[in-house]
Amino acid sequence: MNESDLRRLISNVKRGRLSRRGFIQRMAAVGIAAPFANQILSLSGVAMAATPFTYKPTKRGGGGTLKLLWWQAPTLLNPHFATGTKDQDGSRIFYEPLAGWDAEGNLVPQLAAEIPSLENGGVAKDGKSVTWKLKKGVKWHDGQPFTADDVVFNWEYASNPATAAVTSGSYTYNKAIKVDDYTVRVEFNRPTPFWADPFVGALGMLIPKHIFAPFIGAKAHAAPANLKPVGTGPFKFKDFRPGEYVSAVINTDYHEPNKPYFDALEMKGGGDATSAARAVLETGEYDYAWNLQVEWRILQQFEKAGKGAIQLVSSANVEHIQLNNTDPNKVVDGERSSIKTKHPTLTDPAVRKALSLLIDKKAVQDYIYGPEAVATPNYINAPPRDYSKNTHWEFNVAKANEILDKAGYKKGSDGIRAKDGHKLKYVFQTSINGPRQKNQEIVKQACAKAGIAIDIKAIPATVFFSSDLGNPDTYPKFYADLQMYTTGSNVPDPWQWMKSFVSTEAAQKSNNWEGRNITRWNNAEYDKIYAEAGAEMDPIKHTAMLIKLNDLVVDNVAVIPELHRQNVSATAKNLVVHLSGWEDDMWDVASWYRNA
Amino acid sequence: MSRAYLLRRTLIAIPSLLGISIIIFSILAAAPGDPFGQLVTNPNVPPAVIAKLRASLGLNQPIWLRYIHWLVAMLHGEWGFSFASRMDVATLIMQRLSVTIAVLGSAEILAILIAVPVGILAAVRPYSLFDQIASTAAYIGVAMPTFFTGLLLIFLFSVRLHLLPFVFQDHVAGTGLVWLGAEIKQSIMPVAVLALFQGAPLVRFVRSSMLDVIRLDYVTTARAKGIGRRRVILRHVVRNGLIPVVTLVALQLPGVFGGAIITEQIFRVPGMGSLLISALLDNDTPVIMAITFVFAILVIIFNLIADLLYGWLDPRINLR
Repeated sequence: MNESDLRRLISNVKRGRLSRRGFIQRMAAVGIAAPFANQILSLSGVAMAATPFTYKPTKRGGGGTLKLLWWQAPTLLNPHFATGTKDQDGSRIFYEPLAGWDAEGNLVPQLAAEIPSLENGGVAKDGKSVTWKLKKGVKWHDGQPFTADDVVFNWEYASNPATAAVTSGSYTYNKAIKVDDYTVRVEFNRPTPFWADPFVGALGMLIPKHIFAPFIGAKAHAAPANLKPVGTGPFKFKDFRPGEYVSAVINTDYHEPNKPYFDALEMKGGGDATSAARAVLETGEYDYAWNLQVEWRILQQFEKAGKGAIQLVSSANVEHIQLNNTDPNKVVDGERSSIKTKHPTLTDPAVRKALSLLIDKKAVQDYIYGPEAVATPNYINAPPRDYSKNTHWEFNVAKANEILDKAGYKKGSDGIRAKDGHKLKYVFQTSINGPRQKNQEIVKQACAKAGIAIDIKAIPATVFFSSDLGNPDTYPKFYADLQMYTTGSNVPDPWQWMKSFVSTEAAQKSNNWEGRNITRWNNAEYDKIYAEAGAEMDPIKHTAMLIKLNDLVVDNVAVIPELHRQNVSATAKNLVVHLSGWEDDMWDVASWYRNA
Repeated sequence: MSRAYLLRRTLIAIPSLLGISIIIFSILAAAPGDPFGQLVTNPNVPPAVIAKLRASLGLNQPIWLRYIHWLVAMLHGEWGFSFASRMDVATLIMQRLSVTIAVLGSAEILAILIAVPVGILAAVRPYSLFDQIASTAAYIGVAMPTFFTGLLLIFLFSVRLHLLPFVFQDHVAGTGLVWLGAEIKQSIMPVAVLALFQGAPLVRFVRSSMLDVIRLDYVTTARAKGIGRRRVILRHVVRNGLIPVVTLVALQLPGVFGGAIITEQIFRVPGMGSLLISALLDNDTPVIMAITFVFAILVIIFNLIADLLYGWLDPRINLR
């Protein structure tokens, strides 16, 4: 089904000639899943169907204490300074944004009265502004009313360079303006198809003006409320010990009816992921454990005890292997992997193609990650609307050998292929992490069968993932031939994230390796489509462009996507949770409840 | 022993502490990673923001300047602010200290209460069945690291028998006896692990120290005078035999803080050890500095106490 067919169907739905259900059925017939079809409709301005999550309790409270186990506990409770998901999770118990993202990537109003769209006039046709209507009657935990002043204040707070807020990226190229007490307009300085970034999701949580106003700018770190939050959320602050413990009690004035179900909440920190999984699944001491990057067979063993269940939520994260386009062994102006060099063999499309055939993704999934990570041909794996159906992957050693033979790479006496004196011998680096080292081993063995020698290198995660300029082993420097790690878009529009293949973004010494393009890949067609997609307001064209960008990356083997990772957590048997891969785990804790 | 001796020892401690602080600070500065490491891989946080954050914490200054800032603040009695939680480090440590002292204290007391009598009894009847068992148990205790005994206990009492919780709770619900019961229940495993860790070497030490004394002529003389066996052991042997043990316990105490780090992590005891580990994970330099510095001070103080005690208990030792 091409774009014009799609548009015809959508306009039929809009004019009432085709029912919503009929549309979804037709999409299903051509292999498009229902959530994706829903997505297309909502993006095209057809009203969104209610989210499938149902909240059963019919009154507020009465649920007792909800016991959460975070093996790394929050260290502070101001969302504007949240350096990791743990801090965002801790903050989200108390603070809310205007809207959150559900698992399918739909916007769900939290402090907004409704979601802006082109149809209701909330989103400007030129894409340069969006108008949010705020929910009325919402009160901060200290009884003060929540108004547009608070929203505008958050923009002032986060965009002030002296505040040095982690969220400042979302408030830099825009401006928030108060229209009236319950209406706020966000103006962008260029057309912005993804307008749902400021005030939305984990980076969009809102703090109260009347508490934080004296602490804007350089004084921000001294605010006592950084450790004693006053929010609008379902739970009120009770006690907090950094890195250890957060406790909260029910907010009986919460703005959603019958929520929350629990009377109190405790978030306990410390320990490690495996024993956290055990405390929920095997001994049942806790109700929920977060972020369980634990081997699948161990989790399954725990689950057999019958005390709880493993929860998998699709994230946007993709474990992938990057191929260096520049030469890591040549030094130019004191810099290795300089963009002035060219990798002697990895820039050859034949070698790239061969390598992509040598990654046994299925084996990695089956033997290492289990259902926690699914083999994928794509770099963009979520949201479903942006998942390309044009790509495929295979593991085929014979074909790889054939391609290399044809390209003129001959095996030497040591069994390693070479051409023009350049051996197919690569350094393959990643962070130290059990599953990753097993994964490296699988790649190494397959490559050996095709005459490619792999030297495995494992770097401590604190070094590999740091921005330390003095250290040669960081991933942005990429002083190796191949490297592997996980990355993903944090928001359900991967455009910003896809910057990592734009040629002008190449990480290099002159920009302190802060450029996002780590592989130093360079493709004029990609650059052009990327720029166009950034201004494309038509959601369908925007999606089509993103899919094209993904296909360019995959077809040219700019990187080899390996596995689409899932977020793993554990819940007590009767606990019903509402999770989303686009949000922190606490985003809708107001809707959690226990089945009787 | 004199006041001059005490003063001299205290003065010697100052350069040692300075040296320790310089070493720790430079190791931390040389270690990879910074408090905003997690942000680096986040595509939504522009590098400029991270640079700004680093600058706001003074991380861009040269190491020596940062050290001098830290030292000057320290001399003013300011422990600095945690990078991760923007909180006064002293407050952060005070929050954790009570739990650590409670757990470590009860472990130490338990260790002494068990190890000293066992060691004495083993020495009184060397190579008897009791001695064999006690020695074997002590060897096992010395050989097993806390992380292993901890997991062993969790497996046995939490997973298999469902008797004890293995997540230490900060705030136990209930009041009065119910509260006390729950507190004791959750403390059993961490305290037992630490008590074994501290008690096992103590048994060995008490035994050998007692054996040294028991062979001395004055003990034989006492027996020859017709004093009862029990009386000889308790009045004459134990008194002298335990002098080195007192020193050992005093010297052992700061080391116990180190052993507690792992135990606290395993059982999620919210003490100094788990604070240190989370600070390490966050690259939270001021907190790491403060905790390691507290440990360093403890080592020096307890060394001094051990020396003083030794002189007091055994007047033959002359401290100058």
